[in-house]
Order: sequence, then structure tokens, then C-alpha cells
Amino acid sequence: MNIDKLQFKQLGKQAILILWEDKMNETTLSEILFAKKKIEEIKVKEIVEVNNTYNSLIINYVFTINNIYNETSVLKDLLEKANIDKIYEGSKYILPVCYHKKFSLDLEEVCVQKKLEVEEFISTHTIPIYTLYFMGFLPGFLYLGGLPKSLQISRKKTPRLKVEKGSVGIGEKQTGIYPQISAGGWQIIGNCPVTLFDASLKKPTPFSAGDQIKFKAVNLEEHQDILNKIELGKYQLEKVKEWE
Amino acid sequence: MGVKVIEKGLLTSIQDRGRFGYAQLGVPQSGAMDRYSAKIANLLVGNEAFKAVMEITLLGPLLEFTKDAFIVLVGIEANIRLNGKEISLLKPFKVKKGDRLHIKQITKGARLYLAIFGGFQTEVRLESRSQFYPITKTSSVEKGELIAISKNEGLKLVDFASVKYKNKELTSSVIEVFKGPEWDQVPLVLQEQILSAELTISKNNSRMAYQLQEQFPNTLAGMLSQPVLPGTVQFTPDGNLIILMRDAQTTGGYPRIFQLTEDSINSLAQKKQGDKLKLELIKT
Repeated sequence: MNIDKLQFKQLGKQAILILWEDKMNETTLSEILFAKKKIEEIKVKEIVEVNNTYNSLIINYVFTINNIYNETSVLKDLLEKANIDKIYEGSKYILPVCYHKKFSLDLEEVCVQKKLEVEEFISTHTIPIYTLYFMGFLPGFLYLGGLPKSLQISRKKTPRLKVEKGSVGIGEKQTGIYPQISAGGWQIIGNCPVTLFDASLKKPTPFSAGDQIKFKAVNLEEHQDILNKIELGKYQLEKVKEWE
Repeated sequence: MGVKVIEKGLLTSIQDRGRFGYAQLGVPQSGAMDRYSAKIANLLVGNEAFKAVMEITLLGPLLEFTKDAFIVLVGIEANIRLNGKEISLLKPFKVKKGDRLHIKQITKGARLYLAIFGGFQTEVRLESRSQFYPITKTSSVEKGELIAISKNEGLKLVDFASVKYKNKELTSSVIEVFKGPEWDQVPLVLQEQILSAELTISKNNSRMAYQLQEQFPNTLAGMLSQPVLPGTVQFTPDGNLIILMRDAQTTGGYPRIFQLTEDSINSLAQKKQGDKLKLELIKT
């Protein structure tokens, strides 16, 4: 891959950063995830962890890097020689969202600002295929890109001290789900009953960066039904092979 | 079982080296704030360097042992009693079933580590015992809790005179930093100001981050969320400097102007509200 446009920086003596241009798009993400995979292939995971955000990769070492210049050139060399063979394709999931006013604390206000009917908002929010760029902020918090322009809105001026578990929020160009009760500044427009993160499991979340997610509107009753199924261990996350 | 928590103190938690490899799930590293002192404590009782220890903050807990154990306390200066009798830091000793250990107060520094031979045997979540909610069920030990410790078998007394504790480095007010990825965007005059200022630790200091009291005018452009680590210094739009600590989030949207050295993170972990510090840039 072409590394001329990439910037290599360091974060102390512990980590190396690779920066792509300051944009959020799927082509960049796909390149970043390709680079991540390549680095993970040559590094032992107990010693090096690789994590991405919208436009960067961090290669974090468990111990101090002895010679950071050498290490950087190893990475440069690796990426330069690597051919991006195919576009990264993540798994595809459908997540239920209940937009009922019991949960959607900011939906009415958002609709007023965006001059939309609530029904219009819901149908617009459930049409796109969102891309999971990365997880951050909280364990299992999904940063989803691809929010339609007509729904984009700034964060709340004053963050809420308590946002309920499963709250679906929108903020700027993103939409996301709070995996646990937390403080939060996004506009809350619904609730997803699915458990996104369970630290008692060996694999605490089914998701990883690059996955695709679509929302499906459910009513209050269906929302409760899913919660009940989860309680009984009978809920199966909806995963599809291809988008229709 | 092991150790019963009679009083839990201000913030007492079980910590080891923390979680590595889970940043991509948004899971903070956690682990002992002052990793150096935790390591010394482990070595003094004959443990591996990063067995789970008890991290004690400012006002300590009152503990009762429900079985015999071999323990040590490591920190800068503290007032500690075993059954009412004064106990020294850095000297491992045996406790018997029924003994009561009271860590009354940390008189110098901010954190103290209690290591026990074999380590504390709390639940392992994502390959670590470090307490961090909701990865672990609670973020601190709770009053009335009974914490398991391992059997005393195989105990070998360590020649603790051979373990040196670098007390001076930990209490130094100089915090060594590397340039952060966005440091070069800071105007030169401001760079000079930040590096020459005497800085103060504000009341907003926790295992997650230490915010400094002083503010500086920030004209840096906003940016997309970027990876951060413990020791990353963020410069917020309202002009605050926030030093991320062990429980920090994995990503952040503020310019990263410095990165602390590992030694400096440990030293900062021993500072509390009102303590002064100076940032010293490492020439690279």
C-alpha cells in the first residue's frame, strides 16, 4: 500500500501512531483495518495491541520500545510491501430499536429542529447501513458512521448525568448505543434491548471494527419481548449474509 | 477465606497489571496507579511482579484476617496499626487469623499497596483482577466483603534488604513528558508558558484522570477522536490540561500535547489535590 500520505508518530516510548488524512470515510477505514490485520499477523498479541479510530491506528507495546526508529521502519516496510487484496468486509447485523417516547427523550425536540415528523425520522434512521468504525468511550460503545445528513445534529449543550443502558443516540455525523448506564451528551432517540457487552464472557461483544449494522424499528411490546428472551438466554442476535 | 473488610476507606481496590489487548473493545487498561510501588510490594513478599495487590487511597481500610498470611505495605509514608501496634512500610511480616490491620492515613504520597503472599484471589475478568466497573462487578472493595487469598504454602522469606525503593523519584515534582502528537500545533509562546508554569493538581483527580488547576488559552482546531493511553495529556477547548491515568478511556477527541513516561505516571499517582508539579520535556 502507498504509505507516502501516512504520518508515523510516537506516543511516548510505548506506542506508535499511524495517521491517515483527517476524514471519516469507509475507504480510509478499510485501509486502516487492512494495515491493522497485517501488523497483527507479525506481532504477538501479548506484546503488541493494535487499535483503530476513524483515521488512525495505535500500535501499543506492553513494554517500552527499545529503538522506536527501528520499530517504525519495520512497520513502514511491512505496510509498503503489503498489497491490499480485497476490501475489508465485516459481519452484518440487524439491531432492534424502540423509538417509543418512553425511551426517546430527545426525539421530539430533534424532530422540531430538523423539521421532520417522528415517523419520517424513524424511517430515515432505519434505512442506512451503518459502519462500525471502532469501539471506545465505554466498553462496547459502538461508534457508527453513516448517519443521513437530514438527521445530523449537534450534541446536547449539557451532557446528561445518566443515560440508560441501551439508549440509542445521535451526535454530529454519528449514531451509537450506550452499552451501560453512563453520563452522555448525545441526543437520545430510542433504545436497543440487545446486550452489547458482557464482560463475563470470553468474547464480551460479537462486534468488531468494520462490521455493518442496520436498525429495525420495534414497538414497546416487542422491545420487552426481546428483553425477556435475553433474560432467559433465548435471544439470537440477527446476523445476515447479504443485505437485501 | 482471607481478608475481611471491616471499613473500606476512601477508595480501596484490587489491582494487578491491568488489561492489555482489549482497547479495541473500548476497555480501559486499569491496573495499579503506581505500578512501581505495586511491583516492589509483590517482590517483597516473594510474588511475581504483578500479582493482584490492594490499592489504598489516602484514608485506608480496616481489615481483619480470617487466616494466617504474609504481607507487606509499600508507599511513601503512612500511619498503620496492627492490633493497635504501629507497623512500618517496606517490611514484610506475618499476620495471624483474627489480626486487625488498620491503615489509618497516608501521610505522604497518595497511594499505598498491600501485597500478600500468593496475591489476592478475586474474580478474573478479561484476563485481569483489576477492579473497574462494569468489567468487574464493583469498582472498589466493599464493607463486609471477604476477599480470598491463596494458601500460605511455599512461602520463602525474601531478603528484603536487597529490594531498593526509589522513594525520592516518586516524590519528585518534576514530571517527565514526551511531545504528544499535537504538541507542534501549540503556538511557541504557549509551549513556553506551559513548560515554565508551576502546575497544581485540582480536586478533579481520580483513577481515570488528573485535571490541573491552571488554564491556558487553547486555539487548536478540533479533531476526530484519536487513540489515547494512560499518561496522555489532553488540552481541552476550555483550556484545561487533563492527564489521563490508568482507568482512562481508550479514545479521546482533544489534542494530545504530551505523553508521560511510565515513571512519571507512577510519580503522579502519588500526588493529590493541591500538590505542585512541573512538566519537563524529554529531548528526543
